[in-house]
Amino acid sequence: MAPVLEVSGLSTVFHTRGGTVRAVQDMSFSVEPGELLAVVGESGCGKTMMALSLMRLIPSPPGKIVAGSVRVAGTDLLTLDEAAMRKARGSEIAMIFQEPMTALNPLLTVGRQISEMVALHENVSGKAARERAVEMLHHVRIPEPRRRAGEYPHQMSGGMRQRAMIAMALACKPKVLIADEPTTALDVTIQAQVLDLIDDLRQEMGTAVVLITHDLGVVAEVADRMIVMYAGRKVEEGGIGDLFADPKHPYLRGLLASVPRIGQPKRLQEIAGTVPPLSNLPPGCAFAPRCPSAIDTCRDTMPGLEPKRPNHLAACWVS
Amino acid sequence: MSELIYLARRYPLGVAGGLILVVFVFVAIFANAIAPLDPLTTNPKASLAPPGNTYLLGADMMGRDVLSRLIHGARISLAVALGATLIGSGLGALLGLASGYVGGWFDLVVQRLAEIMQSLPLLVMALVITASLGPSLTNTIIAIAIPLIPNVARVIRANVLSLRELNYVEAARAIGMRNSRIALLHVMPNTLAPLIVLATAQLGSTILTEASLSFLGLGVPEPYPSWGRMLSESAAEYMRSAPWLVIFPGVAISLVVFGANLFGDALRDYLDPRMGD
Repeated sequence: MAPVLEVSGLSTVFHTRGGTVRAVQDMSFSVEPGELLAVVGESGCGKTMMALSLMRLIPSPPGKIVAGSVRVAGTDLLTLDEAAMRKARGSEIAMIFQEPMTALNPLLTVGRQISEMVALHENVSGKAARERAVEMLHHVRIPEPRRRAGEYPHQMSGGMRQRAMIAMALACKPKVLIADEPTTALDVTIQAQVLDLIDDLRQEMGTAVVLITHDLGVVAEVADRMIVMYAGRKVEEGGIGDLFADPKHPYLRGLLASVPRIGQPKRLQEIAGTVPPLSNLPPGCAFAPRCPSAIDTCRDTMPGLEPKRPNHLAACWVS
Repeated sequence: MSELIYLARRYPLGVAGGLILVVFVFVAIFANAIAPLDPLTTNPKASLAPPGNTYLLGADMMGRDVLSRLIHGARISLAVALGATLIGSGLGALLGLASGYVGGWFDLVVQRLAEIMQSLPLLVMALVITASLGPSLTNTIIAIAIPLIPNVARVIRANVLSLRELNYVEAARAIGMRNSRIALLHVMPNTLAPLIVLATAQLGSTILTEASLSFLGLGVPEPYPSWGRMLSESAAEYMRSAPWLVIFPGVAISLVVFGANLFGDALRDYLDPRMGD
């Protein structure tokens, strides 16, 4: 199938007092309709900035997308003017955020907020938009959708609000949905429900999903493929099975070793050190200072992404 | 009806405040029918008459009935207080919203202008404006409303600055909503709470500013009564010898301000859906 989202060479920088921060560097990937791509990496590695770059919601200034293209169904979003981009947000590419508690306006009913979204993108009557809101709430498995549509956000639980957010994001059937840590703020049982919901909906509606998370457990559960980000760059990419069974980049190996496992009561393996500041990256591999198997080449020269086996890329000199 | 009973139970103070305001507005509208005497007729024999049978709340130096003057004065004082507060707060809120939401050079210019206006005392500003427009009811309202604008604009701007960073504003952007709509639909309603508190607090100061203007001969022209002038004219001279000239206008002003504050507080809570159920 032809990919619906194609990102190539995307680079975003922030000009700050402390120098130029390279938040996203040379990011390329593609997602097919109905596919779920996970983007993982630790805090501060540029995941959220990458997501906001796709939506062109980078705060500017100080941020700026300096290179690359983001093609949704063939149209490069980065070349659109502001009005066309506004139109694309929501109908072509939509996003849900980390914090369901604050992502809804407390003074408007949930139904109103969803129907606003519909009315914004489709030429429908107010009544039809409200009907669609109820239908979407039903779609995201909210019981009694008609009553719930008339309720305010504070009357709903966190999981319910995140569902309402998903309903809003999907109300105009976008081709691509970006979910930025959609389950981080929820408790575990609700996390599973929300993930199942996203998983079901992408299959029902054929939406391509980019799921940003730092939770490898989440990834293993729902994703088809995975990208590992480190210090603003993609360091590994491949199918879930390959990556979990045989990680090629030492960073992913470290991440997997640091996941607690039931039945293995030993001390968790941590990755020594911290992410280098994005404004002052080493000349070679950004992971080299923390890497247990780094050699001299790693410190001097940046490794390129190479296929380590079919459909499995990694940027590492050693493996 | 049941809605009214519910409100009275939930916001007893607010309903009381609202009733006070309603009574005063009623008095102002039907002043001609309610006032026992003509507020402008003088009577040398009754000069400074204490409260009694003919003059229920006493008479002033020229022998005019204080009660009738209060009743007629309600028209002017309420018109000035409500008019100036609504105009001043409304324009101030819009300006603050635009300034905070648009930001950049527009914000810079608006805020510097507001600071220039704030560096002059309210009364001096109002004086300059009425002096150039000439004394009349409308001009008094305008003169009192304009100096309110920068205060309101600054408070609302500060509020907008924090609101526009909220997730639902970003979420609205992420679904492709245009900025003007985000500002009016998502940001503006969330500034209502501070706006209502600010506006009710200003209601009292507008009545007093009108009093000062009238005292200086730049407010609503003589001989039409306004509470503020009744108070300010007699405060210095008759405080000891004829206290009813000071007490009753003072009570009227205090009651309106009190009622407006109670009503405003309850209105703020009532408009917030989180305070419901």
